[in-house]
Amino acid sequence: MLFTTEIIGAWFAVFLTLAIFSFLYKDNPFYKAAEHLFVGVSAGYWASTFFWTQIQPNLFGRLWPKVDGEMGGLRAAWYGIYDFFGWFHSGIFPEGGIDKGHEMNLVYMVPFILGIFMLFRLSRKLGWLARWSMAYVVGLAAGLRLYGFLNSNILAQVRGSALPLFDGWGTAINSILIIIGTLTGLFYFFFSKEHTGMFGKISRVGIWFLMISFGAAFGFAVMGRISLLIGRFYDLIQFSGSEYHHATYWLLAVIVILLGVQAFRERGKQTERA
Amino acid sequence: MKSGKAILMGAGIFAVLFIIYYAFGHPYFNGNRLTMFVCVMALSITILYYIARANSGEKIYLRIIPGLKAFDEAVGRATEMGKPVLYVPGIMDMDQVETVAGVIILGHVAKMTATYETNLNVPVSRSIVMEAGREIVKESYLSVGRPDLFNDDMVHYLTDEQFAYAAGVDGIMLREKPAACFYQGKFYAESLILAETGNSIGAIQIAGTASPSQIPFFVTACDYTLIGEEFLTASAYLSQKPALLGSVKGQDMGKFIVMIAILLVFILNGVHDLGWIDIDFKEWLRVE
Repeated sequence: MLFTTEIIGAWFAVFLTLAIFSFLYKDNPFYKAAEHLFVGVSAGYWASTFFWTQIQPNLFGRLWPKVDGEMGGLRAAWYGIYDFFGWFHSGIFPEGGIDKGHEMNLVYMVPFILGIFMLFRLSRKLGWLARWSMAYVVGLAAGLRLYGFLNSNILAQVRGSALPLFDGWGTAINSILIIIGTLTGLFYFFFSKEHTGMFGKISRVGIWFLMISFGAAFGFAVMGRISLLIGRFYDLIQFSGSEYHHATYWLLAVIVILLGVQAFRERGKQTERA
Repeated sequence: MKSGKAILMGAGIFAVLFIIYYAFGHPYFNGNRLTMFVCVMALSITILYYIARANSGEKIYLRIIPGLKAFDEAVGRATEMGKPVLYVPGIMDMDQVETVAGVIILGHVAKMTATYETNLNVPVSRSIVMEAGREIVKESYLSVGRPDLFNDDMVHYLTDEQFAYAAGVDGIMLREKPAACFYQGKFYAESLILAETGNSIGAIQIAGTASPSQIPFFVTACDYTLIGEEFLTASAYLSQKPALLGSVKGQDMGKFIVMIAILLVFILNGVHDLGWIDIDFKEWLRVE
């Protein structure tokens, strides 16, 4: 029986898939192991990915891009700082600058400094500086989103209400239904007026439209989830073949037996306590 | 009321000056963005006007939202049962409006847990959200005079990865068995995984999101769901601060204007289709 790296990988994938599925039974050591592995590995992976795809190429790569030839004056002093960093880690700060196709842009000192401010959270005295970074992120996002939301949620919506009315009865009914649904839905989201009388009745129609659209969205999303489940089952079936030494059957049997033993022992303990 | 009138007067003067500027060739102004400019100004002035009215003492009515009324009930239930409260502020960063709203609501929930001396657990999936969450929870505990109950680990980071985060939160739910679960923020496919697990442990669940594709899942599995703008109005409702109440009233007026615009565009489009008018008004609403 030969275990290549591909087969070991398949066994590992099957084990983790079944361990996560075991959650459907109840919380158990297999699920705990898979969960902790998943959380830990992904946290480390994300930290590493962010650093090597964003901070190193896009931030450091713009502050200290690769330069050819001699440098003098302020530039030499600026790259002196870089060389100092390079002394700690030449992989992040390779000799002569970072070659990611960027020009030097000192505006990027702003995110660099704000990023360092975030690290001051570790200090009791200077922790307040981190608030500046957070304020920058929230304020900038609010300003940027205002434009996007107005364009996509208001102007595009109003523009989209120019629906055809005279292209046949079916189209006309469809268009009128969409307009009634949009307007009554908006009525529901009036907060400064009590939903009673005629206003309440109209907003009730709006809720009906909302619920019907939620139902449709629910069905659509469930179909997507089913396709994901089929994908996992497809892998489990593939790995149950003889070329993978029946990984799915073996691991399923081991997990079921061990969970059964655990359940049996737990029941024994409960009986003892009683 | 005086400051409200001052805002209207200022807006009027600004509008006249802008019309003159525009008529004289509007240098440095991108004409393709005129519609957007008018929309931003109109909405901002409307909101500022109602904020000013609210600040001057005018009572602003806010209708009852059942999901928000249930916040107190949920924390109270957790207190009675001696179990913790779990708060999930979504999986996105602070550059999303929903996450900001979720973190603000966290402040209100933290005030309740501090008052009732109930444990609060806030697992987050973004480092900046963790920092913002810690700040706001600490502030809440200080404001109700219980800084002794606060510790940094209440708001803790799990991972940025969507489903690893969902697995981690599910694990917390199964082991700590919180009596109340709040899901307030931006969610994607993990919404049903979280809400179903919360349902299976018998927790009272209140969700709030503006993600249209996730609302159905929360409606199905949670006791209360704040739909779209209900969720974004929550901080005004919970704090009852005049400035926030005024902004809600201003937004309502904005919605009313949009409704009129929708109706007008629909009718004018019909008239245009009949060939009675020959104006391409849809172009006016297009932003380059």
